[in-house]
Amino acid sequence: MAQDKLHFQVPAKTKTWSMAFMAIGAVAAIAGWLFDKTEHHQYWWANLLICAFFFFAISIGAMFFYAVQYAAEVAWTAQLKRIFEAMFAYVPVGIGIVILVLLAGQFHVHHLYHWMDPEVVNPDSPSYDAIIANKMPFLSSWFFWLRVIMYAATFIIFGRLFRKWSLMEDENPSVDLHLKQYRRGALFLVFFAVFSSTIAWDWLMSIDTHWYSTMYGWYIFSGMWVTCMIFATLFLLWLKQKGYYSKVNDSHIHDMGKWVFAVSMLWSYLWFCQYMLIWYSDIPEEVTYFKERYDHYMTGMWAIFACNFAIPFYVLIARDAKRNVKFLWRVGVIIFITHFLDLYMAVIPGTVHGHLEWGLGEHGHHITFAWWFEIGMFLGFLGLFIMVVTNALSKARLIPVNHPYLNESENHHI
Amino acid sequence: MANKVFHVMYDDDQKLLHAAEKLVAQGLRVKEVFSPFPIHGLDPVIGVKRTRLAICSFLYATTGTILSILGTWYFMVSDWDWNIGGKPNFTWIENAPAFVPVMFEFSVFCGAHGMALTYLLRNGTLPGMPATNPDPRTTDDKFVMEINTEDNHQSAQEIESMIRATDVFELSIKDY
Repeated sequence: MAQDKLHFQVPAKTKTWSMAFMAIGAVAAIAGWLFDKTEHHQYWWANLLICAFFFFAISIGAMFFYAVQYAAEVAWTAQLKRIFEAMFAYVPVGIGIVILVLLAGQFHVHHLYHWMDPEVVNPDSPSYDAIIANKMPFLSSWFFWLRVIMYAATFIIFGRLFRKWSLMEDENPSVDLHLKQYRRGALFLVFFAVFSSTIAWDWLMSIDTHWYSTMYGWYIFSGMWVTCMIFATLFLLWLKQKGYYSKVNDSHIHDMGKWVFAVSMLWSYLWFCQYMLIWYSDIPEEVTYFKERYDHYMTGMWAIFACNFAIPFYVLIARDAKRNVKFLWRVGVIIFITHFLDLYMAVIPGTVHGHLEWGLGEHGHHITFAWWFEIGMFLGFLGLFIMVVTNALSKARLIPVNHPYLNESENHHI
Repeated sequence: MANKVFHVMYDDDQKLLHAAEKLVAQGLRVKEVFSPFPIHGLDPVIGVKRTRLAICSFLYATTGTILSILGTWYFMVSDWDWNIGGKPNFTWIENAPAFVPVMFEFSVFCGAHGMALTYLLRNGTLPGMPATNPDPRTTDDKFVMEINTEDNHQSAQEIESMIRATDVFELSIKDY
């Protein structure tokens, strides 16, 4: 048997491709800025927010999963933990870009967040909005920015500590270190339980300021978790194809497939519950969110739900399908993209309202849907994400040496 | 030739697993294993085919989905169009989101009950059915492997000596 490759080296081709993607992203961003005729470049900023949040969400999803593995004392993922470490290495970059979008909003460069305008909450102003004014205790700028700082600090500090302890464990075997990770993993989950919801309220739900839903936080969280699991699975399959991870067997792949399947069902459940309860109760303050989507994006909304639910359900339900690399690749790529579109559907209707039309050319007051700009932005961020993640993965041993569950992970069999 | 049945008892599931691996490697065919719990990794050793229960469960659940669609359509739309909270009630599809919880629950109901019945029938463990395990201790902490002479070309003496070479707790040989 060939010697197991212990260190991952970023293939030259991957470097070239991720750079090329980033270049495409940069060109698309500049061209999109020039093309975008919306007020305050709202459309451009909305797309930046979608891409920034999507990849940031994958990285904190990875940190969440990593903490769960420690808190629940999971053995089979012991070999794979560097993949998740590499994925959450993107957290500082990701949150940096998100903060850039938020800062631009705070200084009124764009109006993605309607409530950031002080006129809206000024009782003497003609554009006074009583509903938004009622929400000001939560959305006031000092409290909003305090939360942003708390999120950034929590994710960056925990990420650095997890990584530090993990590398320390490679140098000297210590069960104490493992138990420390176990306790800190559990502590992180306490923070994450609150922040995963409040992040969704602050950065996404507040776009549709008049509307609120108590399930929205979980819906966004389950979406980030499933995209994280898809990315991790595809990344693992790719690494195995390159000859790494020779001790990762069918059972590991099967379990990763189970995660993609299970979390897809969690997402479908939450999506549908939120929709069904709002549809059934039919209260004006609740239906605004779906009214906007029904009026302008109905086909897209249902198509995305159908893809994200039915494809993983019917394709990945069988045991053989979860062990089949080709199936996993195809389903993974499809639902990775449709989960991106799901986030798109959460942001775009509330930011550009009904003014978006499909097709090219000017349509009176409407802006056109610039598919090349949106795909370019997505590819640009994908390139950035892949570059950061592969770089982080190459910085340490691919398989940890002193993890107490390593032997169990290598003998994983289901 | 009369059929001799060997009931080989072990006091540990790993002992049984290793014994089965050894005996199968020597060309013996193990007919059945009686154990208080599933033994991980035993099925491929003694040549048990992968279960098709999952396909059954899928079919039962699909039956449940179809029945619940028919049911909601008949009760809520066709027989008497129920007006609940002003929801559209003239066609099934307009009211479909309200029926999804019922469809989900009824699919789970049919899947679960179908599986429980299939399990009891297939194992012959419906209430009142006679027990088929050779020794009542296999429902407690002992593990029994059944080997027949009619399944194997070896003689009874050869089989017995092979079995004795494993870590046996108790061996009973019966003629049928």
